[in-house]
Amino acid sequence: MLSSSHSHKPAFRHLLAGDWLTIILSTIIIAYLFQTLWSHEHAAKVQIRIGNKIHAAYDLNQQRDIIVPGPIGDAMIHIRQGKVRFAKSPCHNQYCVHQGWLTHSGQVAICLPNQISLELIGAQKPYDSLNY
Amino acid sequence: MQIQTNIDDHRIAKLAAFAIALHMIEAVVPSPLPGVKPGIANIVTLYVLLQYDFATAAWVSILRVFASSLLLGQFMSPAFALSLSGALLSLSMLWAAQHLPRRYFSAITLSILAAFAHIAGQLIVVRLWLIPHASVAYLIPIFAVAALFFGFINGLITAKLLYNKTQLPESDQPAPPLP
Repeated sequence: MLSSSHSHKPAFRHLLAGDWLTIILSTIIIAYLFQTLWSHEHAAKVQIRIGNKIHAAYDLNQQRDIIVPGPIGDAMIHIRQGKVRFAKSPCHNQYCVHQGWLTHSGQVAICLPNQISLELIGAQKPYDSLNY
Repeated sequence: MQIQTNIDDHRIAKLAAFAIALHMIEAVVPSPLPGVKPGIANIVTLYVLLQYDFATAAWVSILRVFASSLLLGQFMSPAFALSLSGALLSLSMLWAAQHLPRRYFSAITLSILAAFAHIAGQLIVVRLWLIPHASVAYLIPIFAVAALFFGFINGLITAKLLYNKTQLPESDQPAPPLP
């Protein structure tokens, strides 16, 4: 049936039943990969790093202002019920402040002059099980 | 010094030269995304596998990786490591997949499976050596889509080449019924 319905299209006459199976299964696997690896779930925690050291991790489900001491001064970080941002920073460019609120897991805000970075983490990292 | 060569060596050399030429053509074509390439040289590997045997295909593929990297000045560079790991994993996949019943699975399935194995091999090197960070996982879906697309196209071309090859001797007869 497959070959007869496609006999009019020369490009597809080489496709056998198993090839269709491969293509359909591959598409399903790719859709699953997109869903699991690109999931934009709301973050549960924020991890604050100074340089390459983890300074602290906070639950996002609270209202709290944190002062983080960086190499060039203190940065103020606001946590407001599921979102987080740099509120004040001693750096020159203020890129980190202008980046605004972060809400989804995987999002990152980095203040290079002050070596402070925020990384949002979901309930669990979706790619924890992939261990290359 | 004289190295004794036989007809198989000559065939491997000829086919590898063809694969290297395709690899060179691809190297000068700009890619929309770093790392995403059609991999047209794999058409030769696949064609050789189906027309001859696995050993010939492996020779052609590995020779192509080494010779191309030498010609492009990438020998022992990260690009070479990516090329080699991709080729090795995709050959392992073809070694397993060649036993699929040919009645139901054509070159297209082999090509798609090999393309997936190829990006898997490359992503392993990227994750372990070049970018040792978990965020590499975000790239997997993009590369998987590229693998399915280009794997399908390359497989279709290979199937067409093999089909034309079988049609050639009886070209003066009416076209046989389609499979």
